[in-house]
Amino acid sequence: MNKLTKSHIIAYFIVGMGSIIMLAPFYFMFVFATHTNSSILSVPPPVWFGGEFINNVGILLDALPYFWHNIGLSFYVALITTILNLFFCSLAGYAFAMFEFKGRNLMFILIMGTMLLPPFLGMIPTALIMSKLEWMNQPRALYIPMACGAMGIFMMRQFISSAIPKELIEAARMDGCNEFAIYWRVVVPLITPAFGTLGLITFIGQWNNFMGPLVVMNDMKMFTVPLALRALQGTGQVPWGAICAGAAIAVVPLMILFVMTSRKLIDGLTAGAVKG
Amino acid sequence: MSSVESAVRPPVVKIRKRTLKQRLNASGYKWAPYLFVSPFFVIFAVFGLFPLLFSLFLSFHYWEPAAGLGAMEWVGIENFTFTLTDGWFQTSVYNTIWIALAAGIPQHVVAIPLAYFLHTSFKRSRNTVVGMYFLPFITSSVAISLVFTTLFSRDFGMINMLFTSAGNWTVGDIQPLAWLFPTANIDWNRPEYTKTMIAFVVFWRYVGWNTVLYLSAMQTIPKDLYEAATVDGAKRWQQFWYITVPMLKPMMFFAVTLTIIGNLQLFEEPFIITGGTGGIEQAGKTAAMHMYITAFVEGDFGTASAISWILFALIAFLTWGNNKLLGEKK
Repeated sequence: MNKLTKSHIIAYFIVGMGSIIMLAPFYFMFVFATHTNSSILSVPPPVWFGGEFINNVGILLDALPYFWHNIGLSFYVALITTILNLFFCSLAGYAFAMFEFKGRNLMFILIMGTMLLPPFLGMIPTALIMSKLEWMNQPRALYIPMACGAMGIFMMRQFISSAIPKELIEAARMDGCNEFAIYWRVVVPLITPAFGTLGLITFIGQWNNFMGPLVVMNDMKMFTVPLALRALQGTGQVPWGAICAGAAIAVVPLMILFVMTSRKLIDGLTAGAVKG
Repeated sequence: MSSVESAVRPPVVKIRKRTLKQRLNASGYKWAPYLFVSPFFVIFAVFGLFPLLFSLFLSFHYWEPAAGLGAMEWVGIENFTFTLTDGWFQTSVYNTIWIALAAGIPQHVVAIPLAYFLHTSFKRSRNTVVGMYFLPFITSSVAISLVFTTLFSRDFGMINMLFTSAGNWTVGDIQPLAWLFPTANIDWNRPEYTKTMIAFVVFWRYVGWNTVLYLSAMQTIPKDLYEAATVDGAKRWQQFWYITVPMLKPMMFFAVTLTIIGNLQLFEEPFIITGGTGGIEQAGKTAAMHMYITAFVEGDFGTASAISWILFALIAFLTWGNNKLLGEKK
């Protein structure tokens, strides 16, 4: 019709092609999860779903006898990390947003500065500390170090200072409410939207965490899902169908979570970026 | 039971208890914030700061972990000089920087126009499309790297099949695309292709994240700028080049910084794709992987700590350079 629609069509075409590239690996993950190894290894490989998913899960469970336990452990660790983060980060965020106290800005800068430290720097000594504490192969080795992150504190501070008027806190204080009760009864109910966002980010981050468990978990029963999947590699004949089935099982919960909450999640992740 | 106890308890104590509680309440305003921020500092001290200092201490020692903590031997800067002159370390740094550039530059070159398309041409479907591009970012890098190893395999990989079918496509007697695409399957595990493969997976994983960053920055650019440009007769690509790109500069700085920091620490994707070995001739071994292998496979914790500090210095230096190059000059 006019020039504008032509450029729109080009834009739609390019973006459409791009999204095919983005989604194709997921598609083939599901397709391969439903085929036997020999069918995946045939030329050309399958492009449509087969009926071997249950079989592949069987192969997966033969190679990883604790796979369901591994999923449960991943879920448990991610959930505990999330709960601890919501509690500690909101508490600290509340202090930074609503209190005037000596050293506040310095402490805040220090906390933000820890985000610049690359995680691999602490990898070796963390492994040593965990073995000294005899926390190897213990879920707490995963959730305690992650219980309160700088990013969560930042998010909570931003949200609390914009969503809660200081007068509300002062009114509660004047009525004789103690400081923790103010947090628990006034602040917490008002920050549930931020809880949702931070909870999602923390849960997904911990569910996908690979480096942490890699150095503290060496008993197959205590593997988290990413570690368990990795253990499928290099076991002689590589069971591609089973690997894809396991990958699909690891990814599907996140996909569902993401489809339900994508707006919230993306906004939360970029919250610090836009202002910066 | 409790009623008996409270009846026994003298009233004086009760009153004193209340005054103490009141006193605490009044002073609560002063100590509460410190208490509220303390969990972070306690956790950081034990699992952040102490490991950091310990790894610095370790980097000046030779240590066989099996011999216990007492067996540490002070070696000065030997671990550092050894690492810096070690050919494998140099290879791993070269690999890291190669992959960081090959994955990092396209990420931004693609993400900016993509975000612009999404910003200008997509209205109702924008969130869905953004979601598709963002999905790789939230999924498990291990799971998806495993899937990519199947897609990239030589004999049955989907990617080779697509490439060779384009390369072998014939019109009459000639193969018009044979100059661009291979006509035989590529062995992606060969040293010359390993880095390309890893870089593609990293690009694929993070391009959507960068798009989202740029898209969110574009949404803050005032609309009047575009309106004024349209009145002056600027075409769409001119608006993109003369308005959008300059206005995105602060975000570019932020996003490029994140890419530098992230790509130089690359670990999971190359680790899974090369099966933890670094690939043939170590072509896919990154510096972070080199550190991991030195510590946990070879058992040399001192050298590994030195590697981690050298890598940290490298990241800090490049971030500083980026700051000089792209940072806001105010």
